[in-house]
Amino acid sequence: MLVIDCPYCGPRNSTEFRHAGEAGKSRDVANSTPAEWRRYLYEFNNPLGWVREHWFHSSGCRRYISSERHTGNNEVRWVVPFGTPAPSTTSDKETGA
Amino acid sequence: MALGNASTSRTPTASVGGARKGSRPARYSAFDIFRRGVTHADWPRSFNEHELKKSYDVVIIGAGVHGLACAYYLAKNHGITNVAVIEKAYMGGGGSGRNTAIIRSNYLTPEGVRFYDRSVKLYEDLAVDLNYNVMFSQRGHLTLAHNDASLRTMHWRAEVNKLQGINSSVIDAKEVGKIVPYLDVTDHARYPILGALYHPPGGIIRHDAVNWGYARAAGHLGVEIHQQTEVLGIETAGGKVTGVRTSRGNISAPIVVNCTAGWASTICDMVDVKMPLVTHPLQAAVTEPVKVFLPAVIVSGSLHVYVSQTDRGELVFGASVDPYPSYSLRGSLEFTEGLATHILELIPSIGSLKLLRQWAGLCDMTPDYSPIMGITPVEGFLVDVGWGTYGFKAGPVSGEQMAQLVATGRTPELIAAFDLARFADGRLVGEKGAASVGH
Repeated sequence: MLVIDCPYCGPRNSTEFRHAGEAGKSRDVANSTPAEWRRYLYEFNNPLGWVREHWFHSSGCRRYISSERHTGNNEVRWVVPFGTPAPSTTSDKETGA
Repeated sequence: MALGNASTSRTPTASVGGARKGSRPARYSAFDIFRRGVTHADWPRSFNEHELKKSYDVVIIGAGVHGLACAYYLAKNHGITNVAVIEKAYMGGGGSGRNTAIIRSNYLTPEGVRFYDRSVKLYEDLAVDLNYNVMFSQRGHLTLAHNDASLRTMHWRAEVNKLQGINSSVIDAKEVGKIVPYLDVTDHARYPILGALYHPPGGIIRHDAVNWGYARAAGHLGVEIHQQTEVLGIETAGGKVTGVRTSRGNISAPIVVNCTAGWASTICDMVDVKMPLVTHPLQAAVTEPVKVFLPAVIVSGSLHVYVSQTDRGELVFGASVDPYPSYSLRGSLEFTEGLATHILELIPSIGSLKLLRQWAGLCDMTPDYSPIMGITPVEGFLVDVGWGTYGFKAGPVSGEQMAQLVATGRTPELIAAFDLARFADGRLVGEKGAASVGH
């Protein structure tokens, strides 16, 4: 069972959350080419390892949060409010993504 | 890329069930069971182990049903036998051994229907073709509709199916109750059954037997299956595949086929081919065995559940994929609770049955719920991935078509719509309404 420590509500079961995708994706709505749209819409890193992602606490505070989770064993390393810089405990070498 | 019949490693006597270099083909027959029962003679080994060679014509990554079928049809249909199937764990241990073994072809798009129907046809003849009892039981397949929207989709699917010559039609709740008397077809259920898409050729199969049958038949034709051999990297030069680095040594090969389903992204990353895949676990569960009472496969999209009864009498359940991406194979209590709630809505009388076990497999979900088969920007690196929740039923046909692609160098018409380039060109093959449940 995956427990996510919501920065607003405390530890809650993952069933309260909606997964909101990999972090770090963005697009320039006005100027993107079709190839860039395709990358934004359809290409995913989908790594086996540490991944930064967003969640929506749909059955709780209804706010967005960001986390880093290992997709192999679902260990969550940190959770922060959406838009907060990632804690420095992460080494990007480890993320491998 | 085409290999045609240029490969020289095929033995002249090779054929279905044929043997290699003098070892007698181990043909299974009723007479042989009797003979060995009387004489107590040992059965010959079904699979052989091999030293890893330095080079192969084709390397297939992943010894699941797709990889093994591809190897088998390469050898059988095209005479290409200098083939290695590389598997990091054991054959049929991934999605091919974890699925709920449902076979059907009542999809939503003409491309999908044609493709999966070819697979049903191959499955129908598979036991004879492989000389291996795969226990294909075409008991009928019912996709229940609990609301007007899903009933409309069922009609849509039925009409597409009929145009492709598939036996598929919409029936009302009373007829559903006649086929499966234990279903609650009354109108006071919380989610009343309004009707169903009825697909008589659909059914279940013994998935392990399919894997082992393909492995045995491919092995007899000269294909090498290397279990516990992990691919660590793929070598390229000038945009072309040149070989594979494995935990047991390096191999040179001009063609590498990625048949790793849930793990597909990790292999594609080795050649920097970004894929539109997200891996989700999909859980399933099985009850204790009881007398046969469920004569068809039951699927409910609205209730996120499907159920069939095995030949041993166990009920096998599946559901929708877990709601977040993961490579973890652990089961969850949420799944069990949801499953029990939903299945008891459908069949209230099984409330006292005990669950024996639950497990998870990995599904590489694509944005349009159709697979990705064919060439990639790296020459010689072919993909047979994106199998999401519908991979097992397509094992034979994708193996056959991918083998044809490897042998001829041309994408067969049957899988042309499922190419990787469709995501850039906006040619998605939307199967969301028919691929599985709960999407």
